[in-house]
Order: sequence, then C-alpha cells, then structure tokens
Amino acid sequence: MGRAWSLWKKVWGQLVGRVCRKQAGGQDSGERPKKPVPLQDQTVRDEKGRYKRFHGAFSGGFSAGYFNTVGSKEGWTPSTYVSSRQNRADRSVLSPEDFMDEEDLSEFGIAPKAIVTTDDFASKTKDKIQEKARQLAAATAPIPGATLLDDFIAPAKLSVGFELLRKMGWKEGQGIGPRTKRRPRRQKPDPGVKIYGCALPPGGSEESEDEDDDYLPDNVTFAPKDVTPVDFTPKDNVHGLEYKGLDPHQALFGTSAEHFNLFSGEPQGASSLLGDAGLNKGRKLGISGQAFGVGALEEEDDDIYATETLSKYDTVLKDEEPGDGLYGWTAPKQYRSQKESEKDLRYIGKILDGFSLASKPLSSKKIYPPPELPRDYRPVHYFRPVVAATSENSRLLQVLSESAGKAVHDPTTHSRHQLNASKRGELLGEMPVQGSATSVLEFLSQKDRERIKEMKLATDLKAAQLQARSLAQSAANSRARPSSPDLGHSPWHVALGGATAPTRASNFRPFAKDPEKQKRYEKFLLHMKKGQKDALERCLDPSMTEWERGREREEFARAAQLYTASHSTLSSRFTHAKEEDDSEQVEVPRDQELVSSQNDVTDKQSAVKMKMFGKLTRDVFEWHPDKLLCKRFNVPDPYPGSTLVGLPRVKRDKYSVFNFLTLPETTPPPTAPASSEKGPQLRETRKPSRWDAAQHEKKEDSISEFLSLARSRAGAPKPEPSPSVNTEEGRTPPESLPNKTGHSGAAPQTEGEGSRPSMDLFKAIFASSSESSSEEEEQDNSEDEQAGPEEAGFGGTQDSDTREAVSVAHAPAPAPPEPAPVPPFPIQKMQLDEREEFGPRLPPVFCPNVRRKPETPQKEKCKKNKEKHKSKKEHKRKKDKKKKHKKHKHKSKQKTKKSEKSSSSESTDSHDSESDGAGTPDLSPEELLRRLKCLPLPQQ
Amino acid sequence: MAFPEPKPLAPELPQKLLKTLDCSQGAVRAVRFNVDGNYCLTCGSDKTLKLWNPLRGTLLRTYSGHGYEVLDAAGSFDNSSLCSGGGDKAVVLWDVASGQVVRKFRGHAGKVNTVQFNEEATVILSGSIDSSIRCWDCRSRRPEPVQTLDEARDGVSSVKVSDHEVLSGSVDGRVRRYDLRMGQLFSDYVGSPITCTCFSRDGQCTLISSLDSTLRLLDKDTGELLGEYTGHKNQQYKLDCSLSAQDTHVVSCSEDGKVFFWDLVEGSLALVLPVGLGVVQSLAFHPHEPCLLTAMGGSVQCWREEAYEAEGPTG
Repeated sequence: MGRAWSLWKKVWGQLVGRVCRKQAGGQDSGERPKKPVPLQDQTVRDEKGRYKRFHGAFSGGFSAGYFNTVGSKEGWTPSTYVSSRQNRADRSVLSPEDFMDEEDLSEFGIAPKAIVTTDDFASKTKDKIQEKARQLAAATAPIPGATLLDDFIAPAKLSVGFELLRKMGWKEGQGIGPRTKRRPRRQKPDPGVKIYGCALPPGGSEESEDEDDDYLPDNVTFAPKDVTPVDFTPKDNVHGLEYKGLDPHQALFGTSAEHFNLFSGEPQGASSLLGDAGLNKGRKLGISGQAFGVGALEEEDDDIYATETLSKYDTVLKDEEPGDGLYGWTAPKQYRSQKESEKDLRYIGKILDGFSLASKPLSSKKIYPPPELPRDYRPVHYFRPVVAATSENSRLLQVLSESAGKAVHDPTTHSRHQLNASKRGELLGEMPVQGSATSVLEFLSQKDRERIKEMKLATDLKAAQLQARSLAQSAANSRARPSSPDLGHSPWHVALGGATAPTRASNFRPFAKDPEKQKRYEKFLLHMKKGQKDALERCLDPSMTEWERGREREEFARAAQLYTASHSTLSSRFTHAKEEDDSEQVEVPRDQELVSSQNDVTDKQSAVKMKMFGKLTRDVFEWHPDKLLCKRFNVPDPYPGSTLVGLPRVKRDKYSVFNFLTLPETTPPPTAPASSEKGPQLRETRKPSRWDAAQHEKKEDSISEFLSLARSRAGAPKPEPSPSVNTEEGRTPPESLPNKTGHSGAAPQTEGEGSRPSMDLFKAIFASSSESSSEEEEQDNSEDEQAGPEEAGFGGTQDSDTREAVSVAHAPAPAPPEPAPVPPFPIQKMQLDEREEFGPRLPPVFCPNVRRKPETPQKEKCKKNKEKHKSKKEHKRKKDKKKKHKKHKHKSKQKTKKSEKSSSSESTDSHDSESDGAGTPDLSPEELLRRLKCLPLPQQ
Repeated sequence: MAFPEPKPLAPELPQKLLKTLDCSQGAVRAVRFNVDGNYCLTCGSDKTLKLWNPLRGTLLRTYSGHGYEVLDAAGSFDNSSLCSGGGDKAVVLWDVASGQVVRKFRGHAGKVNTVQFNEEATVILSGSIDSSIRCWDCRSRRPEPVQTLDEARDGVSSVKVSDHEVLSGSVDGRVRRYDLRMGQLFSDYVGSPITCTCFSRDGQCTLISSLDSTLRLLDKDTGELLGEYTGHKNQQYKLDCSLSAQDTHVVSCSEDGKVFFWDLVEGSLALVLPVGLGVVQSLAFHPHEPCLLTAMGGSVQCWREEAYEAEGPTG
C-alpha cells in the first residue's frame, strides 16, 4: 500500500512537473501571457504526437481503454470468467507495471528499468575519480574552468562503494589494495628545476605523511598509491592533439603544469579550485619556471641557476670514448698533433662529406673604423653665457674661455701647457729653426716668398676692405639706436682680450689705404693688448663726428676679430682660396677636383718633391657609383637613396673661357720649375696630354713668339735634324737646333705666363679637335718626325727604322745589327694617326721580325697636336706629301722583302729613310747619343 | 728531438730564361697571365690576341677581330672569357673556347689603353686615352656603359680592379681610387704622368709607376709614401710594373731593355734582368710562382727561378 502511494505520488509529481515544464518553456520563449491559456488549448502530446487527455484527478496520465473508453476496438470485453471450483484460476498478482505504459518504464518514466543509484544510496562526498576526470576534461575544454559552475550546482554525491570503502578504513587519495609495510620514498621534485615565485605547497596530507616518514615506527603500514584511471574520453573537438586551452591557474596565478598536477592530487582539488586561487592570490606573483621569457621561436635558455648534483655524474664505468680517441693512453706525437687539427674542426663545426677545410684563410675584408672624434668632442653643444669682464668675475671668465677651447692669449696668464713649441722657444729667446718643414712656404726662395707675401697682403687687404665696408654698412644700419660706447664695445673687448699680438698685427694692415686710420687702428690694437678697456675711445680721432667714431669703432673691433680668427697657425700653411678674397673674380661654380687641382697644385707639387705623400697629396670626394655597378660588384649601394651618379655637383662651367681669362696666377716656386709648368696645364681642359712634357712649354710660348719664329724660319728646309726625343723635354742644350732655341727662348716667358693665358690655351678650348688639327696635324707630323722616337710606332715601317735608330741611341753599348747612321728624320705618319690627337705613347718596337709584316698597322702613339709650331707648317705640308708618296712606295717594297731577313730589311729601310731625310745633316749614332745624354729631363 | 725548421728561403727571383715565344703578331703590346698563371695572352699590334702556354711555348688560339692593334687584354676568373681593348676604340669580349667575339663595346672616343674584368667577370672596365673609364655590363645587352668615370683630366693609362675598388692611373699625374663600398673617390697626386698602377696582393698598398722613372708604393688608405724605387728608365713609354707573387719584390720594365727587381721593404735593387736591346714594353708576374713574362719587340720571354726544372718536354 505504501508502495502504491508512493507510486501515486510519483505519477502526480510527474504530471505536474511536465505541465510546469511546458509552461515554463512557453514563458521562456516569449513574454509572459496576460490571460491564462484556455482549457482547450492546454494540450499535451505524447512522443508520437498524439494528444493526451487528462482524465481528471484519477485518470491523469493514462490513456485508458479505447480512446479513453474502457473497452477496446471491438468493444469492452471482460476477462474470461473461470470458475475457481475445478480449475482454480491461478491467482495472478498484478504488479503496478501491469498497469503502466511502456513510457513509464523508460529511463525517465516512473519505473525505469535501468538500475540507478538512488539518492538514498548516494554518498555525501563526491566521487574523487570522477572529479579528477572532470577536471582533466575541464582543462582541455574550450572554455577552461567551465565545470566550476557545475560544481556549485551539482549536489555532492558519493556512491555506496565509497561509503563501504570508507567504512573499511579507506581514505580518499589512497589506492586500493593491501597496505604495504613501508611506503616507497616519494619522488622528490627534480632539484635541477628551481621554481621561482609562488609554488604551491605540496598537498597537505601527503606532506604531513612525508614529514612523518622519517620518524614513524616500522609497524606503521601505508596504503598503496592511488592510481588515476586512464582516461579514455574520446576526442570530440577539432583541436590539435594535446591541445590545452589556457589554464586559468597558469594564466592567473602563474603556477606551472606540474604544480597543477600536485594541485589536482589534493583531496580537495576540484571543489576548492577557486579557494586555492584565492590562496594563491595572497602570495606574490612572480616569475615561474622556464615558461617565462622564452618565446615560441626561441630555444630554451640554459638554466643558469642550475645546481650541481651528484646524480648528474656517471657512477658507472662505461665503455665510452673519452673524446680524444686515446682511451686514456698516451699517444705518439703526430697523433696528438692530429688532435689539434680536429680541435679546429670542432671549432668550425662538422665538415660535410666531400668538403675539406680550406688551407688558405679567407682574405679578410677591410673594416673601416668609425671616424675618430676629437678628444674634446662633445656631442651636445650648449651656449656659454657671455660674461662681462669685471674684476670680480675675471676668474669665471677665464674658466669659461678655457673650457670653450678658446685660446685666451694673455701672456701673463699662460700656463706652461698652453704654450706651443714655438712660443716656448720665444720665451727662451731661441731663434726659430729655419729648416723645419713646418710650412711649404719655407721651401721657397726668398724672392718668391716675398712675392707671395705681397700678393697675400694685397688679397688680405682687399678682403679686409670688403669686410670693413660691409661691416660699416651693418654698423650704420644698427646705428639707429645709439648705444653708449662702453656698452657697445664691452662684449668684443672681452672676446678679443689680449688676443691680438702686435707682431702679427704688423703684417696685417686692413686700413693701409688710409694711413691715419691704420695708425689709429694699430694704436687701438696696442691698447687692446695692454688690456685697457677704453682703448677704442682713446685712439679715435677726437675731431671726428659721433657717427664716424661709431663706425670706426665697429670697424676696428671687427677687423681685430677677423684678424685673430683668420690667422691661426694652421692657416699660415695653406694658400688662400683665391675666390674667397678676390672680389673681381667672376664667380664660377667649381668642380671639387678642379678647385683642388688649382689651389694647391703647387702645394701638392712641393709635397711630392718632399715626398710628403699622404694628406697633402690626397683628395677625397664623395662619389656615387651606379646602382647597377654596385650590384655587379656585389657591393651594397653606399648611397641607397641618391639618384646621383659620379661626383656630385660637377659644374660644366669650369671650362668657361672666363675662368681662364680672369684667373690670377699664383707664382710658382722657382725651385720646382717643372711642376710649376704643370700647374697651368692641369687647369686646362683634358685635351692636352702630358705625355709630351715638352709640348707644355711650347704651348706656353706666346703666339707672337711662334709667329716670329715661323717667319724667321720660313725658308729653312730642315731646321731640326736631331731625332732626339728629348727635344720635347724642354731644356734644350746649347747645341740643339734652331727650333729648339725657339723653345728655349720661350722658356723664360713661362715665368710671366700668369699674366696672360697663352694662345694655345684658347686653342685648346675653342679649337675642336678635327678642324683645327687638320693643318696643325701636319705640323704635328713634322714635329713628330723631328721629335722622333716617341712618335714612331712600330707599325710604320719607316717609323720603325727611325725607332731603331733611336733605340740604338738609347742603348748604345751593343750596336744594333745595322746601325743606320742616318737620322730617322722624316717619319711617316699614317692617316689614322692624324686623327688621333693625344694619348700616351707605347714603347717603340725594336724587333726586326715585325718589319717583315707588310700589313703592320700604322697606328702610332700620337701626341697632342695643339702645341704645334706654326713655323713648321709649310714644311710640314711638303713633307706630308712626300710622306704619302713614300708610303706607297715603301709598302710595295716591303712586300717583296717579306721573306728577307730582318737585318737586311732593316738596312734597306734605313736607306729609305735616309733618302727621305735627304736634307738632314748626317748624325752619327754616337752624336745622337751624346745629345740625348746632355738633355735634361723635364719631369725631374 | 726535433730541430726547428730552417728559416724559409727568400723567394727566388725569376732569372733563368726558360722560353722565348716568337709571337709573330707584330709588336707585343701587352702580355698577361690568366687567372691561375697557366696560360698567357699576348696582345699584338697586328690586331690579334693570342693565347699561349708560356711554359711549353705552344700557341693555343688566336683571336682576331680587332680593327686595330690590341693594347691590353684580361682573362676572366673562370677562364671562360677574355676581354681586350685596342686602338680601334672598342672593347671586345671573347669566348675562350670558340674564339668568337661575344660582344663589342663601342663608346670610347680614343684608344683603349687598358681593360680589366671585375671579380666576377660581370663588368669590364676599360680605360681609354679619352680620359674616361667605362664600365661595360657583360650581363645585359645594353650597348652603353653602366657608368663612365670621367674624373681624369687626361688619358687613363692603367686600370686595376679589386673586389670593390677601381684603381686608375692617369696621365694627368693622379691616381684615382674609386671605392664602391664607401662611395668615395680618393685622388692621389703624383705629379708625373702615370703609366701603370697595381694593387699589392694583400690589398693594402698601391704601386704606381710614373714617367719620372720612379715607382712609388703608396699606402692605399692614407696615400702615404711607403717606398720609392728608382734606377730604371721610364720617361716616355707606357711600361708595366708589378709586384712579385708574394709581394716581396717590385718589378718594373725599363726602357733600356732590362727588367728591374727591387726589394719591396728595403727598396734596394735586387736584380737587374737584361732582356734585350729594345724596350721591355710589358711584363706579367705569375700569380703565385716566381715566373715572369716579358715582352720585347715581337717576342715574349718566360723567366723562371734558377732552380726551376722544366717538367716534361718543353717546346
């Protein structure tokens, strides 16, 4: 009966529950209905969609009979009556199930068939193992920690089994099985791994057990270790294997994975997740383990805090190679030395098969050191306060000026270290050493030095005047506000101090044109030097107006300042840049190199003479290589951003005529005559070639000289019999021939060349190569002929003849097989040569076999044709004709002689040339040699 | 008991005439070793370029295609191509094996005095009498030079190339070094027209010969004078100079028919090698052996050290 009642309760509860759920569902989906659902709408359906009807309080849930009738489809049929008299009807005991539908027997029915632990038998504590599994699942779940909520909601249950086990003495966390005598020593955490930050304390119970271990008596037994069942949960997500979501413990509290394991091994593990978190919160967070600071792509850092333990060492002798291949034995020497090379290998790394170690070290690339900073370089500039000099702050002033590196030349306050060698010498009364190579100027002769000094003075004067003028203007402008003299001059007074030494002032006279003014200025300097503050006021002319005085005050001050600034000891070594000072000069933008070659070419020459190569002879320019060139050279583009190629800011204007016309010439030092002659040449266009040193000088001859020479020599058939090369080299010996004397006569004019540019210069500029040379070419030819060997190429047959003669002259000792006593004079040039205007020459060919070749090219080294002697023109023409004529003849001759021996051909050739140079006086080779020898060389 | 190794002997200078090649190509304007020193090139004034085995004296190939005399030639690092320049103002790139002209670069306004490959034979640098150095690209088909270095004020007589530098000597008396890596041009003034320049093999110095019969050894970085070598005669002609294989000696042609050797450090004259009566117009020092080639007139002489024994049949 009690059972029936309970069944009733259940049925009723189920029904009510269903209705409630249904209503709740409806409410969930929408707004709460305003009026109650009418009765006809309160329908219930079974799982097949059939309507269920309620049959009042007692019929709820049952579909009775046929469509809620008692009967069946066939109608109501009572159970068959069976008499119990003979045939006692077996008493059928009806169970409630007999009256139940199949749904009642389903899992959620009233009488489910499956065996389920009822709440009555549920343990009050949770299933430890299930919890663990759930925690694991939670860790891998997409949203970690989601099970925490379940833990709050789900009632804690434990199965009866737990209860039974507990009754038997089992405790959670222990394994099941017979107790052991002594618990295996717990694995200690690896001492090599140190844990920083808040490591969780080991589990409470275990820890206490551990601690007890040592002193517990032997009769105490221990339970076996709990075993976590293997989790066979199928993988139901799409994450990668072993993927773990963010572990809240690690993320929030910085505990590492192994801590988590310890943590979950605790009895209270899952249920107290948050509680533990709270615990952890109380501790300081910090770096934990190696998870910190190691990026995904980095390799793990070595644990620099690792401690040494014995366990890291082998305790067993193993058959392992010690590493040197010697197994502890001493080895013969070469074996050891072999070891050395292996060590090298090890340093480099493993060598692949087929490769061997390079025997030659790679040539090391040059490393360019960063530029050296000056010792007192400060990366930050700050402006020093200007302090007026008064008695009380004079010390401060001095300190300031010293730290600023400004030399305050007050002889009385000089410290020993502020003096340089020359000053010390002065103090000691020594005479300055004359021979010391402090300045290039000292190598010049007295006369030149004076000249330079004069010129410098002039330019200085001019500059100072300019400066003064502009200053005066600015002063006049600023004159609008009259300032008291004291205020006006005090700053510069301080700045100047005693900086102007009278000795220096004496050679700088900015007001030389106005002697009175200059006198005043010198007086002013003198006063300045004495340190009188009112120096300016004293030296000014009292008769001047206030305005004039003011202007002059400014001028003097600036002049004095300017002077001290521009005359450092260093500046005395260098010549002034002409453009800066010379106001009359046309301002032409200049190429860098041009400037350098012009300005200090004399300096450079002197430096070369003194063998002072290095800074003096070197120019460094910024140069932009082409990008493609860099690529081809496998070099990074030094100027990645620039589109420039070559030298920056090359101005073509430099070839302007005006440059040459207006440029004042620096007087070259006479000690370097050759180099001084080079000076103007460098400045010229690139056309003239300096291979022919002699022609410079010809070029330097004035045009009138040329003309007169030409006139005087018009009739002379052959002015130059000498084939000597050295004709060109300028220093013609006295016995040289007429046209040479012309050269030498021109030589003195080189001294004065600076005043006017030579005609050749203009020609070099204006005469385009082809036309101007056509006539000059011929001269050239003739000149070449006279000049001889350098012109002679080996190609031209007659040339080679002459060459032979010349080379004989050069190397006289062993006489050539057939020394032609004939001067090689008329040298035939080839047509191609006439086109060529300039260039270095190739050595002559002194080889007989060449001559055998009829087709030898005529190409000869040519000289510059610009420096032609006009006087030779007529000559030339004649000669040219002859030459051409000759050539043909000669060629045919050569062919016939092809097979001849070289010596014989040589002789015939020389005969040819002899006949060519019919007019030339015969010169023996000895004579030629003698002349050659006494010719000075131009470049030396 | 091991005795210390005896001090290595001073490198011997080539002074034994091993071979004379009669090139029969007119004047030999230049003689050059190939990259490993096994072969040599001779530039003839009869427009031909010849490839030789100098030790055996065998002519391997004749390259003809120049329109005028050939003034300089160089071989590429892989021996696969040659370049040459000459009086026809053209720079020619040759295929070694076939002997064909691969390319002809035209653009110079004057004779091409000197040609050089760069390290990878991708660029030919040619210095000409027109005072320019032109960088020709061997890789692309474009006919113009990649860059023209026209800083020289006069004809360029010598060009040398290192991995990132171009060293040029000009008749205007300046040595210019273009440093591609630093993007700078270093110009050293020597004064006298320069006939030949070369890098030392360690790349730290430059050797410069000029028409004042002087060779100068300059520090590459500072331009300071490290040594001066005189005694020979070079006043008119474009003559070659070189450093010996181990940078121990300085070698130069001379107009008096000799070749001069100086000790590089001491600057003392080490050897004067009489070659002949004419002018020694060109020379080439073997890249790593004491072997010297000199060109005089129409022939080339091959010199070895005294102890050298020719292996195999020579000639």
